[in-house]
Amino acid sequence: MSGVRVLVGTRKGAFVLTSDGGRKTWKVSGPHFAGWEIYHVAGSAADPNRLYAAQSNGWFGQLIQRSDDGGATWVPVGNQFVYDGVAGTHQWYDGTQRPWEFTRVWHLEPSRTDPDTVYAGVQDAALFKSTDGGVNWHELAGLRQHKTGPDWQPGAGGMCLHTIVLDPTRDQRMFAAISAAGVFRTDDAGETWLPVNKGLHSEGIPDGDAEVGHCVHSLAMHPTRPETLFMQKHWDVMRSDDAGDSWRDIGDNLPTDFGFAIDVHAHEPETIYIAPIKSDSEHFPLDGELRVYRSRTGGNEWEPLTNGLPQRDCYVNVLRDAMAVDSLDDCGIYFGTTGGQVYASNDAGDNWSPIVRDLPAVLSVEVQTLP
Amino acid sequence: MIRVVLPAHLRTLAQVDGEVRLDVEGLVTQRAVLDALEAAYPVLCGTVRNQTTKQRRPFVRFFACEEDLSHAEPDAALPEPVALGAEPLLIIGAMAGG
Repeated sequence: MSGVRVLVGTRKGAFVLTSDGGRKTWKVSGPHFAGWEIYHVAGSAADPNRLYAAQSNGWFGQLIQRSDDGGATWVPVGNQFVYDGVAGTHQWYDGTQRPWEFTRVWHLEPSRTDPDTVYAGVQDAALFKSTDGGVNWHELAGLRQHKTGPDWQPGAGGMCLHTIVLDPTRDQRMFAAISAAGVFRTDDAGETWLPVNKGLHSEGIPDGDAEVGHCVHSLAMHPTRPETLFMQKHWDVMRSDDAGDSWRDIGDNLPTDFGFAIDVHAHEPETIYIAPIKSDSEHFPLDGELRVYRSRTGGNEWEPLTNGLPQRDCYVNVLRDAMAVDSLDDCGIYFGTTGGQVYASNDAGDNWSPIVRDLPAVLSVEVQTLP
Repeated sequence: MIRVVLPAHLRTLAQVDGEVRLDVEGLVTQRAVLDALEAAYPVLCGTVRNQTTKQRRPFVRFFACEEDLSHAEPDAALPEPVALGAEPLLIIGAMAGG
C-alpha cells in the first residue's frame, strides 16, 4: 500500500512523519540533528530514499546532511559554499552597499531525474548546484552577477534565495525567487537569468513597479502546467500564465492577501492553497482564526477551510516553505506552524487534523508520496 | 598529545564522547591545532572557522588555562600547559539565548 513521508524542518531539529495511504495514523521520527535549525529537508523524486537536509546554527554555521534510506540514517556531506569570483556588493538595509556573504542554505531542490543533482538557494542570495550528492557545490553565478544584483536588498529575514522551481518539461528552465529582489528565470540551465516581475507592484520600494526589489515569498507550479506560476508575495497573491513574463493579482475576495506559503493541488492545476496572515507587522492569522484558503478557479474566488483548525486564540505563522501536497488519489495537504503544529488534510483541505502539536517552530514541510 | 574539548554539537558531529586528542607537530598554535582537528575530523571543517579565510566563526571562542584566547593571533604559541597536554584547549560556543 502506498504511503507518505512528511519531512519537517524546525528551529531545533528535523522530524520525519510517516503514514500509510489512509493518512490517519502517523509515526514520528526525530529530532534528527537535535538543537540545530533545519531550514529545509527535501527528497529526490528520482530516488525517494535520497533526502537532503540543510542544517545550520549561528554558532557553527552550515552543514548539509544526506540520507540514502529515507531519513533513518544521515551523513554530513559538503558544506563549502564559495561565491564564484569576486563576490560584489548588494544593498544593505540602510541603503549602503555591503559585500555578499554566505550565511546559510534556505532551500534544497533535488533534480527530478538524478538523485545526485541538487540545487541550493542560499543567503546572501545565490544559487548553488551539486552533481555528486551534495559533496561539492559550485555556484551558478550568472544569477548573482545579474546586472541588477547591486540593487537587491535583504528582506526582514535576510537576503535569501528561498524558492527554486524546476520546469519538468524543459531541462534548461528554472525559476528562482529572492527576497527582496523578485523572480528570475533561466532558460539555459542557469547560465543567464531574466528578471520576470512585470505586473508585480510593491509598496515600500521607491518605484513600486520596478524590475527588481519585490519581496516574493514563494512560488508554486503544477507539473502539467509549467507555464503557469502562482505566487504569494509579501502582499498580494499573483498568477502568471506565461512563465513569469507577466503577472496578475488573483487575491480578490481574500480577507488579507499577506502570507508566505502557496501550493497547488496535485491533480487539479486550478486548485491552489494559501495560508493568509494578517499583515507584515502582525505575523499571525486574522482574528486568531487559523484558516487555509482554497481557490478552485485558479484564483479570485476563495473559500476558507477551517474544519479541524483552531478558530480562536491562534497566533502562529505559516512560513514560506511550510506547505506541501502529496499526490495520492485524494490529494493530501500539509502545513506546519511556528507554534510547532503540523496539520494534515487527507481530503484536499475539507478536513484537517494535527499530525503533531508540539514540535519546535516549523520552518519547512515537504511531502513524499511513496509507492 | 594535545587535548581539545569540543562543544556538545561538535562532539555529536565528530561522533566523539569526551576530549579529542591530537598529534600536533612543531609549534602548538591555534592554527596548528585546528588544522589537526579538521584533518582528524573533516566534518568539523567550517564549523569552527571559515573554510576559506580560516577566520574564527564569530560565536566560537577559544579558552585555555582560564584565559580567553579567542583574539590571540592564530600563529601565536598556545600556553605551555596546552602544548604539554596538561591542560585542554576549550572550543566554546559563545553563550547566547535560543
